[in-house]
Amino acid sequence: MNSRVVILLALIWFPLTAYVMFRSALGALANYLLLPAIPSVIVLYVLALRSWRESWVAIVGVSLVSFWLLMAVAAPYLPLVDPNKPLVPFLAPGGVRHGILFLLGSDMRGRDVLSRTVWGCQRVLVWGITATSVAYAVGAGCGLIAGYLGGWWDEFVSFASNVLLSFPVMVLFILVLNLLGQSGFNIIIAVTCSSAPVIMRIVRGLALDAKSRDYIQAAQTRGEHPLWIMLVELLPNVRGPIIVDASLRLGYTTVAITTLTFLGLGLQPPDPDWGLMIKEAATAALLWKYSYMMIVPALSVSSLILGFNLIADGLREMSLRD
Amino acid sequence: MSAQTNAAARATPILECRNLSIAYAGRTGDVPAVIDFNLALMPGEAHGLVGESGCGKSTIALAIMQYLGRAGRVVGGRILFRGRDLLAMKGEELRSIRGGAIAMVYQEPMASLNPSMTIGAQLIEVPMYHESMERRAAAARAQMMLDRVRMADGERIMRSYPHQISGGQQQRVVIAMALLSNPALLLLDEPTTALDVTVEAGIVDLIRNISTEFGTSMLYISHNLGLVRETCDRVTVMYSGEAVEVGSVASVFRGMRHPYTRGLFASMPVPSADKNSRPLVSIPGQPPPPRARPPGCFFGPRCASFVAGRCDARPVPLSSIDASQGHASRCLRVDEIAWDAAPAPGPGNITATVGDIVLKVQDLSKRFRHVTANDGLTFDARRGETVAIVGESGCGKSTFARILMGLIQANSGSIDLAGLELSKLPVTRRNAKTIRSLQMIFQNPFDTLNPSHTVGSQIARVIRKLGVLRDESRVRERVLDLLDLVKLPRDFAERRPRQLSGGQKQRVGVARAFAGNPSVVVADEPLSALDMSVQAAVTELLIDIQRREGTTLLFISHDLSVVRYLSDRIVVMYLGQIMEQGRTHEVFTPPYHPYTEALLSAVPIADQRYAKRKVLLTGEIPSAANPPAGCPFSTRCPYRIVGTCDRRPPPVQEFSASHRIACHLPREELLAMQPVFEEVTQ
Amino acid sequence: MGNLIVRRVTQMLLIMLTVSLLLFAIFDSDQFREKAAVAELGGFGVATLSADDYHEWLEKKGLNEPFLARYGRWLESVLHGDMGQSIEKDIAVSVLLKESLTNTGILAFFVFWIMIPVSLTLGVLAGMNTGSPLDRVISIVAVLTTSIPQIATAVLLTVILALGLGWVPTKSAMADGWSFRGLVLPLLTLLLYDIGYLVRMTRAAMTEVMASQYIRTAVLKGLPYRRVILRHALRNALIVPVTLIFLELNGLLSQVVVVEVFFQYAGFGRMLFDAANFGDLQVLQAATLVAVCVAVGSQLLSDAAYVFLNPRVRFT
Repeated sequence: MNSRVVILLALIWFPLTAYVMFRSALGALANYLLLPAIPSVIVLYVLALRSWRESWVAIVGVSLVSFWLLMAVAAPYLPLVDPNKPLVPFLAPGGVRHGILFLLGSDMRGRDVLSRTVWGCQRVLVWGITATSVAYAVGAGCGLIAGYLGGWWDEFVSFASNVLLSFPVMVLFILVLNLLGQSGFNIIIAVTCSSAPVIMRIVRGLALDAKSRDYIQAAQTRGEHPLWIMLVELLPNVRGPIIVDASLRLGYTTVAITTLTFLGLGLQPPDPDWGLMIKEAATAALLWKYSYMMIVPALSVSSLILGFNLIADGLREMSLRD
Repeated sequence: MSAQTNAAARATPILECRNLSIAYAGRTGDVPAVIDFNLALMPGEAHGLVGESGCGKSTIALAIMQYLGRAGRVVGGRILFRGRDLLAMKGEELRSIRGGAIAMVYQEPMASLNPSMTIGAQLIEVPMYHESMERRAAAARAQMMLDRVRMADGERIMRSYPHQISGGQQQRVVIAMALLSNPALLLLDEPTTALDVTVEAGIVDLIRNISTEFGTSMLYISHNLGLVRETCDRVTVMYSGEAVEVGSVASVFRGMRHPYTRGLFASMPVPSADKNSRPLVSIPGQPPPPRARPPGCFFGPRCASFVAGRCDARPVPLSSIDASQGHASRCLRVDEIAWDAAPAPGPGNITATVGDIVLKVQDLSKRFRHVTANDGLTFDARRGETVAIVGESGCGKSTFARILMGLIQANSGSIDLAGLELSKLPVTRRNAKTIRSLQMIFQNPFDTLNPSHTVGSQIARVIRKLGVLRDESRVRERVLDLLDLVKLPRDFAERRPRQLSGGQKQRVGVARAFAGNPSVVVADEPLSALDMSVQAAVTELLIDIQRREGTTLLFISHDLSVVRYLSDRIVVMYLGQIMEQGRTHEVFTPPYHPYTEALLSAVPIADQRYAKRKVLLTGEIPSAANPPAGCPFSTRCPYRIVGTCDRRPPPVQEFSASHRIACHLPREELLAMQPVFEEVTQ
Repeated sequence: MGNLIVRRVTQMLLIMLTVSLLLFAIFDSDQFREKAAVAELGGFGVATLSADDYHEWLEKKGLNEPFLARYGRWLESVLHGDMGQSIEKDIAVSVLLKESLTNTGILAFFVFWIMIPVSLTLGVLAGMNTGSPLDRVISIVAVLTTSIPQIATAVLLTVILALGLGWVPTKSAMADGWSFRGLVLPLLTLLLYDIGYLVRMTRAAMTEVMASQYIRTAVLKGLPYRRVILRHALRNALIVPVTLIFLELNGLLSQVVVVEVFFQYAGFGRMLFDAANFGDLQVLQAATLVAVCVAVGSQLLSDAAYVFLNPRVRFT
């Protein structure tokens, strides 16, 4: 079951990431890149529905996330207007101009809000998932080392993470992005700096707990190498809590990215991004009748994060029930 | 009260369960936990409820207290307390009965006490809320009760928090708390399971006197037949939610009339008999899952006297055997089975031939920062022999096992394994051959296997890692052979640990230990977490394998009856030192070290043929961080010589080539000790 | 217990030292030195400077001395309260800090004042009867409010309360003098998320405690339900939430950045953001140092509270 999931995830993640990060370099290939991802999302959704059917919380969550994932991979193939093309400014939702239906209206520069919303979720998802994955790799690796090997390893890793944790998260982001410049890759670094210490603590705790179990001692009495014990014996058993936390963390990272873009510190315009949409609307359109420009991205990002949180809650509930 | 009302009061049971049925709400409907249970508990009587895990005994206690939780509920029958319907009580009435007329003692004392309140604060609540007593009077009453449950230093205890006192003291506090309002009925749910053996003996003694001292009726729930025999007047044996045999302790224990009861008995080793005179017979199979009980007699599939067509035709009622004793049994073939027949003969008197010394421990010591875990251990083990290391918590037996396996290193002394010095050799520096020849079986079956890998892959890993075989097909074959060796079906190789029961997991642990043909196997309390009947099966398995492979077995345990059963020599440890060692029969008969004597006396015996001399220890096991000067046992020893035992370490006295006792007592006094167990002539 | 506190304090001091060193090193790098030069002399001026002149300028500013000496001097001046000058606003950094911290402090005060009683009560009520209708409502609301990021909450509240109903002004720049109504939107934005979070944590702790064996003992002792909850359960369930409340100080410093910027409230977060945007290095450096100080302090208070409240740790 698990290898299937991994393959599907890879089929979604690689094309999407390549599309978002390297589209300009790919030329014509970019048009076909996302095609295999679309059925993968659908299959993954069905699989999730089947295995999590006892928790309606998790089902709602995975539906929300899958919806946005589908939007992200299907964006090039949907009948959408170019999100960056200014057409008709300040058009109310449902208005029709030049024979085009603006379902969610147009923003202050005349760009279609619906189109920008759909395209906007690509960047949020790609950078969010990538950043979280990197943070996890670093954090979990350090946590395993600190928890299992203990001693000086533990002291050093714990001290380093305590130093990082003593910065309020936003302050850390501002500092890192100011230092390194503002780009998606630097966001990954910033997110890793803020999330990896927390992940390290969680994994370390799990490792410390598992270390006292008899099957770890059995492996030690066999003379197994510590690295082998960490990866083969420990890691598969800390999977449960980690998946729950990963889900939550995807939510936090999404918030971070959107907030950073709003502050102008993250991904750069003009490519659509929910945080950017809020930022532009908050300065240029503060009237009740134009509020849709702000509400649409606000609700979109909220629904995505709600999805992640519900998945986490549902998984936790199911693991307690076992 | 007039004599008539007295008699009437005596005739009304204080607690009565009539056709009680309890079920838990599952995902696909109700799952029966207790079926058609009947009980009549008379005032002043102690009734034991015996059974293995999952039989429903704890559920009954919780149902009486109406604390079944969200999922459980009573689906049939009634519970009457003093003639009134308990289940109909709610609100104020229920509240005043709980803790007032009916009180409960729990299995885990540490978890049952509020960690944020002092003992005193928790105790005084009972009289304050049940009798509206004011604070100072309540405190005085609490203190008095602590004295009556034989707690020394009551004032300090009142001011302490639960984590600052030992397990035995915590349980006494819980018992005191239950007795404070002078309850008419006391429910005890496995009150001594979490305690050390000698501490348990003290609590059991206390409980036994409760009914005489306080006039309280007791419902005593336990999985240990011996404990029930020592504390109760009547007993109900439960299996899979049903009562299978009821009667007075004398009639049931002397003349059991249900195959399950008999099977339980036969699977319990008795500290006064060994494997040859009274073989252990385990009950084959497993208890049925609660959702899928067999038709007719629940015990049928495992019963040696099962008759198809009769025993599985319809539900079996409880039929009376001896009305005067109130003895009843749920067996259709009560009059047909030969109950007094001798059990099937054991596997024969094949004692493995004992060879040369393979393991020699000399003056081994290990100190952690402030704690001396092992102090001058000296003993040896021969090929094919089973050496048991016996002791309670804090005695250092686990530390010794870990030194032996190379997980930690000793400070001084030596361990010689066939010429190789192991005491300071960590496992990472041992060669494959050494690792292969020294393997371990662990205590907790639920942790002994990695939950994420299949059983077969875990055994195969051991085979490959230890370099026993490389060729894949031969490794596979060996895995299957090992599964055969531990009597598990071959298709278990594909299963994951969570699909196995505790006993089955432990068997896999045994298979894993023997995968590399070890010459020495260390078994660290392999049976403590298993049910009684399963213990018998695993014990027999170990003996069988050892006999066949000629392995040396180091068996660590606190359970003396099992130790008596399967070991050739015994080493008794207390607080890091060896108190006594010798051949099994030498240790079990006088002369005893005073600690050995107390340990032996603490073992509950179910067999009516044996009587036990009572030896009770005062005080608690001292903390290993603060060992007493001189003999570590001196603080609790009933024979202690003040001025000698607490000052100077005891000399080692030899009573035979193998029997040594470390004690200050003069030789004659040791030789003059009376045996702890004696056979009772009827 | 004293031992633990001492150890923790030493650890915190060590962390502060490391952080200050790090910060100084970061802002002392060549890249930032150039930025400082540009800020002071103007871009064109720097471009036309010869290498010698540049070095002369550096020396004049005392930027050529060995690292540790400069670090020492900097540390000394900071501890005396002199943190440099803000290039953007042209006032002493310490003055700027004081102003902004006061403003954020007012906001924080109201946040804590409302959040603590509301969340603890709701969390306890929810956890007392897990699965009850009240619990379900509270849980769902809590999940919702913690799932909506504060940027989105700010948007929605602005739209509904300011643009739609007109009860409060849209921005909190307080240009016409201080008004409480201007505080409402940022306050609500912060509160919704923080209350939701604390309610979830309190509920989880309460649920765990209610399922414990010592609560079973208390109930089966025949104690009135009120006493079981107030005396037995709360005492244990509130340990973790109280420590989390102290840590909220740390979280608040992060949250105010986006909230203050959105509502243009002149607080600490807004100051930090402006400094970062403008390249006002001394302000940035000082603000980060203060932020870390507050964060470390809050962690210390939280640990101390845990030790104090938990008898198992307090009395060995």
